[in-house]
Amino acid sequence: MAKKHVVAAASEIPPGGRKLVTADGRAIVVFNLGGEFFALSNRCPHRGGSLCEGSLTGLVLSDDPGHYDYTRRGEIIRCPWHSWEFDIRTGKSWCDPDRVKARRFGVSVEKGAKLIEGPYVAETFRVSVENDYVVVEA
Amino acid sequence: MTDVMTEVGAIDCDVHPSVPDVAALLPHLDTFWRDSVVERGLNSLDSNSYPLKSPLTSRPEWRNKSGLPAASAKEVGDQVFGRWQSGTAILNCLYGVQLLFSEDMAAAFCRALNDWVVKEWLDRDPRMRASIVIPMQNVEYAVDEIERCAKDRRFVQVLVLAMQEVPLGRRHFWPIYAACERHGLPLGIHAGSAYRNPVTSLGWPTWYIEDYAAQAPGFQSQMASLICEGVFAKHPGLKVVLIESGVTWLPGFLWRFGKFWRGLRTEVPWVDRAPWEIVRDHFRLTIQPFDAPDDPHAVERAIEHLRSDDILLYASDYPHWQFDGDAVIPAGFSPALRRKIAISNPLATYARLKEDAR
Ligand code: FES
Repeated sequence: MAKKHVVAAASEIPPGGRKLVTADGRAIVVFNLGGEFFALSNRCPHRGGSLCEGSLTGLVLSDDPGHYDYTRRGEIIRCPWHSWEFDIRTGKSWCDPDRVKARRFGVSVEKGAKLIEGPYVAETFRVSVENDYVVVEA
Repeated sequence: MTDVMTEVGAIDCDVHPSVPDVAALLPHLDTFWRDSVVERGLNSLDSNSYPLKSPLTSRPEWRNKSGLPAASAKEVGDQVFGRWQSGTAILNCLYGVQLLFSEDMAAAFCRALNDWVVKEWLDRDPRMRASIVIPMQNVEYAVDEIERCAKDRRFVQVLVLAMQEVPLGRRHFWPIYAACERHGLPLGIHAGSAYRNPVTSLGWPTWYIEDYAAQAPGFQSQMASLICEGVFAKHPGLKVVLIESGVTWLPGFLWRFGKFWRGLRTEVPWVDRAPWEIVRDHFRLTIQPFDAPDDPHAVERAIEHLRSDDILLYASDYPHWQFDGDAVIPAGFSPALRRKIAISNPLATYARLKEDAR
């Protein structure tokens, strides 16, 4: 059973931001896309590059050579090693979405007051009642 | 084991008729160009790529008394339809028209060459088909020549050289591909160079052997260009046949190209699937030269690496010297695959060949 891990104060990961955290010994990168949080394994499913260190970009498609249909800016992470693109929302790679995907983890934002009641694992820092926290299920 | 590796009724997708000399084209040139040929003392447009009289360019037994191979419809027919029992031959005439610098002269000579092919070959043997030779020096002229010749349904393909002034994918060439698509004509890319650039990207090599070996990387770059520029996104009906390209370089190249596509595809977002899939759907390769050892097991493995039975086309490359005896198909092809590359693959590639079945 996945446990819930308090991994960061919500204020540490502003919109457009990301943070590398550890939960249950796993390196996980948490992204904030305009207020929505997503968590992916930091290990690129290709050869293990650290996704957290990749560049954030948008999705470029084209149905006509010479036209660039550029959308979803900031929602794609490119692995720093071989530049494969991963959709932050799904973890799927663009080049081979069915077979190459970064593992996803459940993530939510909880009130400190609730967290103090448990059953949560706050491995690295103190939780205070009045703040919001990012909780990852791993 | 017999070395007869042909197929009865095959469609031979690469046969080269020889132009004996410029005089043969004179009746098909207009008066100005006819007089120019005489006044300029022009007697041959043969290219360095394929010096007709050089010993290795043709099997010795395929030369006639004057030393010319594949000199007439009868000679070609005797070999291809007689001895090898093919049913159809696609003639790819290699002559130095692509090397000319004058666009007007290139267009005039292409017209003459195509008309000469009709008169001396297609009209003499109903089993022959041909490629339209076009002046790539000028896109408008090239399209005009396709339009002019495409009316004759015995022209089944458009022929260009593997190496020319700029990569084939470049967009100013696209009207040519639109014309190919419109008329159901694959684009045939044959080994050879217009010698506008060194045949290697390193500069000019010293020897012919280097030139010939450099054709394979030339084909690879053309394949990359056509795919990356988006030719197939724009012209989904276009088929490309690589002729005398060699075959066994393909899997290795596609592995490399596909791998880089994964990281670099954002530069070319219209390449919206792995290059391998585009190649499988749009490219075909003729089997001579195959570029593999004689060992049938090695050939079998090479075929497996192609990952598709659809991609190869039977071709003798007559009268070029690619094999000995009658081993048009290298040992290692299964009987079913032999049949497929000889008949159904060519029929699926050359839309106009199917018309004959009516
Ligand atoms: S390790 Fe991430 S793309 Fe290769």
